Amino acid sequence: MTWWRTAWLIARRDLLVEWRSRVALNQVFPFAGIVMVMFGFAIDDTRLMESIAPGLVMVATMFSLLVLVQRSFALESEDGALDALRTAGVSSSALFWGKSIALAAQLAALQALLIVLAVVLYGSSVRPAGAPLLVATWLSGSWGLATVGTLYGGLAAGARGRETLLPLLLLPVVAPVLIGATRAVEAALGARGTVVDGWPWMGLVAVFAVVFCVGGTLAFGPLIEE
Amino acid sequence: MEDAGFIIACYVVTFGGVAAYVSYVLRRGRRATEQLPDESKPWM
Amino acid sequence: MADMATGRTAATTATAATRTLGIVTLVGVAWLIVSGLLVSPADVNQGESVRILYLHAPSAWVAYLAFVVTAGASALYLFTKKNSLGWDRLAGASAEIGVLFMAVTLVVGMLWGRLTWGVFWRWDARLTTTAFLFVTYIGYLAVRRLGGTPEQRARRSGVLALLAVLEIPLVHFSVKLWRGLHQDATVLRPNGDVKLDGFMLFTLIFGVAVFTLMYVWLVLHRQRTLTAEDLLDDVGLEIAIAERRGESRPPDLAADVPRSDRPRPDITVGF
Repeated sequence: MTWWRTAWLIARRDLLVEWRSRVALNQVFPFAGIVMVMFGFAIDDTRLMESIAPGLVMVATMFSLLVLVQRSFALESEDGALDALRTAGVSSSALFWGKSIALAAQLAALQALLIVLAVVLYGSSVRPAGAPLLVATWLSGSWGLATVGTLYGGLAAGARGRETLLPLLLLPVVAPVLIGATRAVEAALGARGTVVDGWPWMGLVAVFAVVFCVGGTLAFGPLIEE
Repeated sequence: MEDAGFIIACYVVTFGGVAAYVSYVLRRGRRATEQLPDESKPWM
Repeated sequence: MADMATGRTAATTATAATRTLGIVTLVGVAWLIVSGLLVSPADVNQGESVRILYLHAPSAWVAYLAFVVTAGASALYLFTKKNSLGWDRLAGASAEIGVLFMAVTLVVGMLWGRLTWGVFWRWDARLTTTAFLFVTYIGYLAVRRLGGTPEQRARRSGVLALLAVLEIPLVHFSVKLWRGLHQDATVLRPNGDVKLDGFMLFTLIFGVAVFTLMYVWLVLHRQRTLTAEDLLDDVGLEIAIAERRGESRPPDLAADVPRSDRPRPDITVGF
């Protein structure tokens, strides 16, 4: 069984479980939607909301990330699947990549939904010139968050009293994505700055994604070993 | 000179905080070491 | 376990060396307080608030030193052949002290900021990254308390410490880039870099030295406590196993010996 095939099978497994149970679709996505609506209640200022829409989208993404990561690892601990996989000799880096790919796919779908909601609820609009920037940020952001989420999720998974650790560990770490992606999306949506200004921020998100892709591949094994 | 209040507060926070931690470390150290024979302690 | 009843047990993590160090440090602290509060003059630009700097800068220094030691010790644990748990315990002790001094740095910094700039907080790169560091190491300490064997604890927190080393420059760079957008620095002066000379500079450097001594004293004691606690866990495990083996024998009804009748160590409260 090649490394690629293993990773693909794990990604496929996670996505199939999601497809059949539709937990992300039925629970996490509505949760994100509610968060967006709640921002509307709390902030009650149309002009302000349009200019801070990208920030609100990213904050809602971060909260939803926590739920998605916990879901991703709840699958593993329910029947000791993670232990079984490791005992069977599955390469931990393939496991890491498989779970990250599945998580990235869910995150990408979630963020697409959030952008649509921002357009609908907050009056944002996507500049044609900003579309490539938006897509690039969307992809690298999803991948970066998925790798870092899988990494820390592995650490915080399983035993009681560990799940509450995930927000404490994960939210500070994703700060560069929060900063970079928000600025990039602001530029893409015309909320602040020109599109040209936005590309360095997307670069920051991309660097983050590469760092945690590599770091996660190396660190995931030792972290989940029991 | 109400600056004095801030300055004193800083000294109190700093050395008070360290003193509290020192007492915590010594208390915990005492509790951990009172049941171990000296031979097993690497620093003795 | 028989020797536990007869061997000397000094209930302390101190040695002659640490006692000397402790006394020297206390003298240094006293001198620092006197110099800082009374002897050294007020600054031309900063006024009396420079007295806070004599504490703030050294405590920030110790916090960073402590986190560097944690990272280094974690690397030594993970990558040396022996995987000696002593490195892990050093990492843990140092991180705890780092969090303490980081908290002090942030609080004192806020008070200093209130005095100098009129605000408790500024969203600049240095402060924001410091706050981030603080939260990261609180997370590190929480992970150390997850339970399991010392080896599991060491591996988990060791990897986490190295990941932190990776993140921190990333975060610092992000925040710097971010705050670079905002030209607050020109509106609110000064930016916190102070020019000192003469006795004031000496006091500052002296402060750094005294705080470093404090750090060394604390890390030695804390690490020894962690060592003792790990040893106790091992011993406790052996006792529990022995008891279990003892339980499997049929009870001797004639000899009604209460279970708590284990030989107790002779506690010599030596100092």
